[in-house]
Amino acid sequence: MALTIASREVDGVTVLDLGGRITLGEGSVQLRDAIRSLISKGKKSILLNMGNVNYIDSSGLGELVSAFTTAKNQQAEVKLLSLTKKVHDLLQLTKLYTVFDIQDDEAGAIASFK
Amino acid sequence: MESVAEVEAAAQKLAAEAGLDEDECFHVSMAAREAAVNAVLHGNEYDPAKQISATFENTGAALVIAIADQGKGLDPATIPDPLAQENLLRGSGRGIFLIRSFMDEVHFRQLHPGTELTIVKQLAPAENET
Repeated sequence: MALTIASREVDGVTVLDLGGRITLGEGSVQLRDAIRSLISKGKKSILLNMGNVNYIDSSGLGELVSAFTTAKNQQAEVKLLSLTKKVHDLLQLTKLYTVFDIQDDEAGAIASFK
Repeated sequence: MESVAEVEAAAQKLAAEAGLDEDECFHVSMAAREAAVNAVLHGNEYDPAKQISATFENTGAALVIAIADQGKGLDPATIPDPLAQENLLRGSGRGIFLIRSFMDEVHFRQLHPGTELTIVKQLAPAENET
């Protein structure tokens, strides 16, 4: 299943609802392009809803990290929401859990950007 | 990327047919996928003229997957530690770490040209654990 991305705005935060696989090739490129597009448009608060991401490989992890650093360099923030168990475990294993601001519920995540 | 998907699917099938649980199947198929990605991306450098090869075996005692590329060769000692603080924000470099985390044995063999990566998942506890 390729990566699906749907975008919506909630209280000044851009929420990207991701679904499927973030892997080398199409998925990771789609994510990269989506985030860079948002940042180029001046969006400063980006929340990646990972609730329907069932698989991420090392390339996908790399894209998440790149998104984080790209945003930070542009004074923007990227946060993660609702990790599935597999993704959660991978982020813990790779110590990326210490890098990202990871939220469990959307309302709290939106409020955390303020 | 078709070859990477094929390797992942074959590893998933091998693990499932060996009776591994869902988590173990995920680990084996992900490790195989990461090995295939490394072979395509770093080994063969995305050169369409180069191929990767993969073999899958259930020895009864272990699942053995070997993936080879036709590239310049890889020295595993040169792979930086992705968990080191200075490497955490790197955009790449986690594939081999994930393979080592999920599999019981990881072996590199230089083929001249190319590198063969053999990954092993034990199907039964090792004798020295009993």
